[in-house]
Amino acid sequence: MSKILELKSIYAGYKDDIILNDVSLEILDDDFIGIIGPNGGGKTTLLRVILGLIKPFKGTIEYFGDSNIDRNNKIGFLPQINQIDNKFPVSVYDVVLSGLIYNNGFYYKHSKKDKQKAKETLQKLGICDLKERHIGELSGGQMQKVLLARAIVSSPRLLILDEPNTFVDNKFEGELYEILVQLNKDMGIIIVSHDIGTISTYIKTIACVNRGLHYHKSNKITEQQLASYNCPIKLITHGEVPHTVLKKHNH
Amino acid sequence: MVIELLQYNFVVNALLAAFFASISCGIIGTYIVTRRMVFLSGGITHASFGGIGIGYFLGFNPIFSAAIFSILSALGIEFLSKQTEVREDSAIGILWSFGMAIGIIFITITPGYVPNLMTYLFGSILTVSKLDVWLMFGLSLLIILIFSAFYRLILFVSYDQEFARTHKIAVNLVNYLLISLVALTIVLNIKVVGIIMVISLLTIPQSIANLFTRNFRNIIIASVVLSFVGVFTGLIFSYKLNIPSGASIIFSLVIYFVFAKLIHLLINKLSIRRKTKNFELIK
Repeated sequence: MSKILELKSIYAGYKDDIILNDVSLEILDDDFIGIIGPNGGGKTTLLRVILGLIKPFKGTIEYFGDSNIDRNNKIGFLPQINQIDNKFPVSVYDVVLSGLIYNNGFYYKHSKKDKQKAKETLQKLGICDLKERHIGELSGGQMQKVLLARAIVSSPRLLILDEPNTFVDNKFEGELYEILVQLNKDMGIIIVSHDIGTISTYIKTIACVNRGLHYHKSNKITEQQLASYNCPIKLITHGEVPHTVLKKHNH
Repeated sequence: MVIELLQYNFVVNALLAAFFASISCGIIGTYIVTRRMVFLSGGITHASFGGIGIGYFLGFNPIFSAAIFSILSALGIEFLSKQTEVREDSAIGILWSFGMAIGIIFITITPGYVPNLMTYLFGSILTVSKLDVWLMFGLSLLIILIFSAFYRLILFVSYDQEFARTHKIAVNLVNYLLISLVALTIVLNIKVVGIIMVISLLTIPQSIANLFTRNFRNIIIASVVLSFVGVFTGLIFSYKLNIPSGASIIFSLVIYFVFAKLIHLLINKLSIRRKTKNFELIK
């Protein structure tokens, strides 16, 4: 396992409001990190810093690894679904191709290689039959898969998902996590979720973001630990308490 | 009738203007409608009146001052709303009325009679000059070139700016470039239907096209054709009924829209009936 990126004592926020306080985090290419935390705690801010959408006030981000890979396509991103205009005239296939947007050359046509990659990705996620559909004709779960396809079509080293389990039923959610487990063999994954109960069986580690960051190198997490992090999240879920269904992992 | 009219230079100019207006408005209008920038475009349109007033005052062709003024307003709105605390629609409201005010002030202090003011307000495609036609031709060519070369970039940035940013695309540059093209398109097409109505060419054909296709490129192509048909019909109405061309162009476009909507409803109804029938057959 190798390092993908490292945040070193990051301070970040908006205008004069510092939301992230001295956050350091190291992300490896086999990581599967679940980020939890209260609203306004800085989950989204942390994602935006990692994605390069906002500049931190202080601190550094270092990206590691293969410098041959275009920096632009190293990170795949799945945004919250309500950020997307579903009336925009674009088909599923085009959305997936947009994941291969590069910073060079003209954009009139995609290469054969790009088209092949888009098709393979659709196949991988089992949504080939939706290829020609307009995005307004999709269900919430289908839309999530399309956005996931767009995020991974460039074979990124790190996949970032912002609340992928909203507007999705349980069956879809299960499917999604199985796909993520498969993808995790090739890339690091960071997933932000308000619903820690359902993701904790799949993720390897938990980070609680509440202004600061409390990185817990395991997916076991107890009420007491959360309380000591000052992280008001409930662990109540259907059936068993999450930490009793732990999968084997080494740290 | 058309053949005999073609002997007149001004009729030829008008038809050429209609043709180039259809191209620039068809393409740029699709961008405006799909990105939900109609209000913004309305703001730029009205702000350009300030440039027209300044042009009259300084004694040169108002088209040029309007072009500069509206590009600056467009960039101003984009900058105010993205980089400062001002809400986008408030920024539009401010520059919309500010431009109109500047226009009125300068026209009032311009000594003597102000010729052709009505042309700019309500449009008059029959008075389009050779120079106007050349400018419209140049703009159409520029837009076609930019949209052909960067079609996918424009499409993807329009669809999801945030995502494009995560791939380090120069989203701001794309936005500033396109908003400038929007401003130029508006100003150079003002003569066709006027400041007050130019927004129609940027929205009605696109809305008709969008009823029948949900593909960006097809909306562009259909809008160009529909714009031309609309302007042409409007011109004929204007000639036959002796009404102002700007108003009759918009009137024809809206008639086409109503027809299209009715056809669309009918198609949907038939499709639902067919589907429920199939369903009953299966049962």
